[in-house]
Amino acid sequence: MKEFALIFRINDINFKPSPEQMQERMSWLAGIVAQNKLVDKGNTLLPIPGSAVTVHANNVTTDGPYTEIKEFISGYIIVKTETIEEAVELAKSNPIFKIGGNIEVRELLKT
Amino acid sequence: MQEQANSVEQLLPHLFRQEYTKMTAVLCRHFGMKYIEIAEDIASDTFLKASENWAINGIPKNPAAWLYTVAKNKTKDHFKRAAIFENQVRNELIKGKLQEEQHFEFDSQQIADSQLAMIFAVCNPANSAEAQICLALQILCGFSVEEIANAFLAKPETIKKRLLRARANLRNDSFQLINLTEADIKSRIETVLKTLYLVFNEGYFSKTNDQLIRKDLCSEAVRLALVLLENPLTNTPKSNALLALMCYQSSRLDARISHTGEAIAYGQQDSRLWDQSLIDRGNYYLINAFDGPEISKYHLEAGIAYWHSTPADETKWQHILQLYDQLMITAYSPIIALNRTFALAKVHGYEKAISEAEKLDMNDSNYYHQLLGYLYADKDVEKAIHHYRLAIKMTRSKVEQQTLMKEIKRLSPSDQIYRNKGKQF
Repeated sequence: MKEFALIFRINDINFKPSPEQMQERMSWLAGIVAQNKLVDKGNTLLPIPGSAVTVHANNVTTDGPYTEIKEFISGYIIVKTETIEEAVELAKSNPIFKIGGNIEVRELLKT
Repeated sequence: MQEQANSVEQLLPHLFRQEYTKMTAVLCRHFGMKYIEIAEDIASDTFLKASENWAINGIPKNPAAWLYTVAKNKTKDHFKRAAIFENQVRNELIKGKLQEEQHFEFDSQQIADSQLAMIFAVCNPANSAEAQICLALQILCGFSVEEIANAFLAKPETIKKRLLRARANLRNDSFQLINLTEADIKSRIETVLKTLYLVFNEGYFSKTNDQLIRKDLCSEAVRLALVLLENPLTNTPKSNALLALMCYQSSRLDARISHTGEAIAYGQQDSRLWDQSLIDRGNYYLINAFDGPEISKYHLEAGIAYWHSTPADETKWQHILQLYDQLMITAYSPIIALNRTFALAKVHGYEKAISEAEKLDMNDSNYYHQLLGYLYADKDVEKAIHHYRLAIKMTRSKVEQQTLMKEIKRLSPSDQIYRNKGKQF
């Protein structure tokens, strides 16, 4: 079994999920657990000022998360599957795409 | 005379079940866990004396009080002998110390405290979960080795060995029963709740066909959970959630087995057979369970059981699915995964549930095949029967086999018509 981080990115910093959206995400996660493929349910990362600072070289800091093309990381989980294709399959049914987000799938380096 | 003997025969096993474990608990608290055998011997002797005495002299007015007086005297005798032994020979022989207590009473407070302490002593993390259930059944519930073996569908020899090993661990444990401290409780409450949960489940989902044993297991688990609720230190939201769960499940005990001993699936149960007073009690404990921010797996399971005990409601299965989703994330188990898929079928349709179920890939589980059999029943009879057949092969429970055979029969009427036609030709 390999382990993969699914990294969630969205572009709306003010996005607040509705109860239905939270439920949909919960159900997606539960589906992964049901297959016994969840390693770590990870965390949600708060993007709001006061909860996020980016530190640059030479002691320069900026308020808020690191954004590239206006996207920021909203959270992550870790799953275990035989192949990266399987991990991608798991990611495909996540409701994040309905709100214009995306998911990066990255294999964990195991030492 | 004959009649008297009969009523003694009826009363004693009942009293034994009720009082033996309490008596042992109180005695053990005095002697220390190391001397649990002495405590059990005194309790057994007491019942032996009762069976001899009552058959001749009749049952005393207050049988329990009679038993406790005898036990108390026997204990005093024991102390006397032990004192002589200690004064004269002990110093040469034994290093362990047998405590003598001046005040020795079997009052209700003493019994309650001792029972609680005993629950915590028995739920020793040094023992496996399986061994803990056996110990709990023997020491806390007064079950015989045969009864425990019957409940587990195991050989009495196996159970005996398991108990011997587990009891050795208890004796070697330094856990002291006199003052149950907050620290003791904190370190063991999880194990205690889990053991009670498992004892209950052993009854509720028992492999045995013996309906009486099943009910006994369930009601003993409830009794012990009530002991927890009597003490402020153990009357926690989690304990309440567990008891609520037990009450809801117990309310359906009569409805889920037919008079011929077959299991009746939830959907086919006659809800008039559900025990409303137990549902009400479940509601009471569930409300108490939310006296704090904590949401444990017992809360979630009790929540699911609550919805199952409520008359049909349009949103019912949605709530159940949501709770299963949360439960899944809190505490994964294959059975929960299967139950969640069943709820998913009720909310999102069988088609979706089949594809979710097949992703679970639990080919070794009979419940997995039962679920797939059920989900395929309307869609693809052949596949349904295939899965039901696999489930029958995998289960050891006669009741389940019968129920599944019946289901296969129901699903294959066309097959029968075909065969009948064949005869005509």
